Amino acid sequence: MSEKPKLHYFNGRGRMESIRWLLAAAAVGFELGCYFFLSLDGALLFQQVPMVEIDGMKMVQTRAILSYIAGKYNLYEKDLKERAWIDMYVEGVRDLMDLIRVHHKLSPQEQQKNLALIGEKAATRYFPVYEKILKDHKDDFLVGNQLTWADVQLIEAILTVEEKVPTILSEFPLLQAFKARVSSIATIKKFLQPGSQRKLPTDEKAVAFTNRIFNRR
Amino acid sequence: MGVCAYNPKKSFLLELGKTLQICISFLSQHRLCGVTGSSHVISCYPAEMRQKNQELRSMSEKPRLIYFNGRGRMESVRWLLAAARVEFEEIFLDTREQYVKLIKDGSLMFQQVPLVEIDGMKMVQTRAILSYIAGKYNLYGKDLKERAFIDMYVEGITDLMHMILMFPFSPPEAKEKNLALITERATHRYFPVFEKALKQHGQDFLVGNQVSWADIQLMEVILAVEEKTPAVLSAFPQLQAFKTRMSNMPAIKKFLQPGSPRKPPPDDHYVSTVLKVLAEE
Repeated sequence: MSEKPKLHYFNGRGRMESIRWLLAAAAVGFELGCYFFLSLDGALLFQQVPMVEIDGMKMVQTRAILSYIAGKYNLYEKDLKERAWIDMYVEGVRDLMDLIRVHHKLSPQEQQKNLALIGEKAATRYFPVYEKILKDHKDDFLVGNQLTWADVQLIEAILTVEEKVPTILSEFPLLQAFKARVSSIATIKKFLQPGSQRKLPTDEKAVAFTNRIFNRR
Repeated sequence: MGVCAYNPKKSFLLELGKTLQICISFLSQHRLCGVTGSSHVISCYPAEMRQKNQELRSMSEKPRLIYFNGRGRMESVRWLLAAARVEFEEIFLDTREQYVKLIKDGSLMFQQVPLVEIDGMKMVQTRAILSYIAGKYNLYGKDLKERAFIDMYVEGITDLMHMILMFPFSPPEAKEKNLALITERATHRYFPVFEKALKQHGQDFLVGNQVSWADIQLMEVILAVEEKTPAVLSAFPQLQAFKTRMSNMPAIKKFLQPGSPRKPPPDDHYVSTVLKVLAEE
């Protein structure tokens, strides 16, 4: 169990980035696995990546992996109801992240439309919810007054949306404070520095590479 | 509320009697069985146990499901509650006005359904709802690793269910292609995994030798795919046996009978209601 988790994915953000975030926040070092997915045939339960080798398991399905990491490294509440809130908040953020994750695959015209959609959804559907949560309970974190998976997911989403819509937090003072606060937590500060395992916004090369690998229909 | 107290001014025997009662209540608390008797003893339960009892009482209120009158994303919730033998109420969304009202009331955290009112929470996000129910009713394995396997299996099944869920909304010209894709994925990507898992450990259920969320989800998706491709299990003997076994479990048998909360396959009326309520083109 003292072996580092091994992450199998291509060299870009995609679905694996949330996992990198969560491991980093938990101060868990990880290794990179093989990019050549074909040789992993049989190791991928549903023939898909991400795949994370952890604790003797070859885990697939992003949510399952995140849930396991959160549970193992105390980023998930033990109380069932607090877990429920974390789950709801995480799922909301993931819906927003899904819009961003596919952005680079779209044509330039579609990207313009998608950008507007990301901005609109972030500003009217998702960020107001988290602003209100922080306002209502006045704690530093979303649930249980300690850092959880929900907070890590939210800071990832905030920074990722800001890359596309830089002024997105202008109406959300508490989220601004949240962002500053969480960014200064030692493990997260380290992850945000150059040279960390954090990936750059998906670029054209990565897109071309995955298209070749997956023979995208 | 109440304090364990005895009055030293009372006679010795009375004091002894009460002390004994206190000791008995202390012992029985640790076995978590309720000792009734004098009000002094009942009031000796520690605060957290009183809270647990109160929670259990509020938990005995039926969950309420708010969704369209059809399967969609809520069907998995109906399956899981039914398998856990939890009765529930349903409110069906037929009009856009109902939906707008829910949003204005602040009932829908992300302005979306499903919504499940349960244990004092207005829960949204299907996965969060299912996860809570599974955890509450012991359908989520007994440790972190079993949970991990249940999660992996459930996520895979959800990917397949999503294709089936979206199928009625696909344009007519794409339906044939989508149907072929559902069958192909079921037959080559998903069902082989569960067939292998059952074959390898030889147990009745997917994880931990007891029924879990994964088994219920698998049963649901098998039946849903069979509705589209009746012979889909022909190459999967383990899954055929699994299906028979699950069908015979009393709670599931009951759910599969007419008159249960199980919803029929989506039809045109369902599709038009969803589009109307959500005002999507």
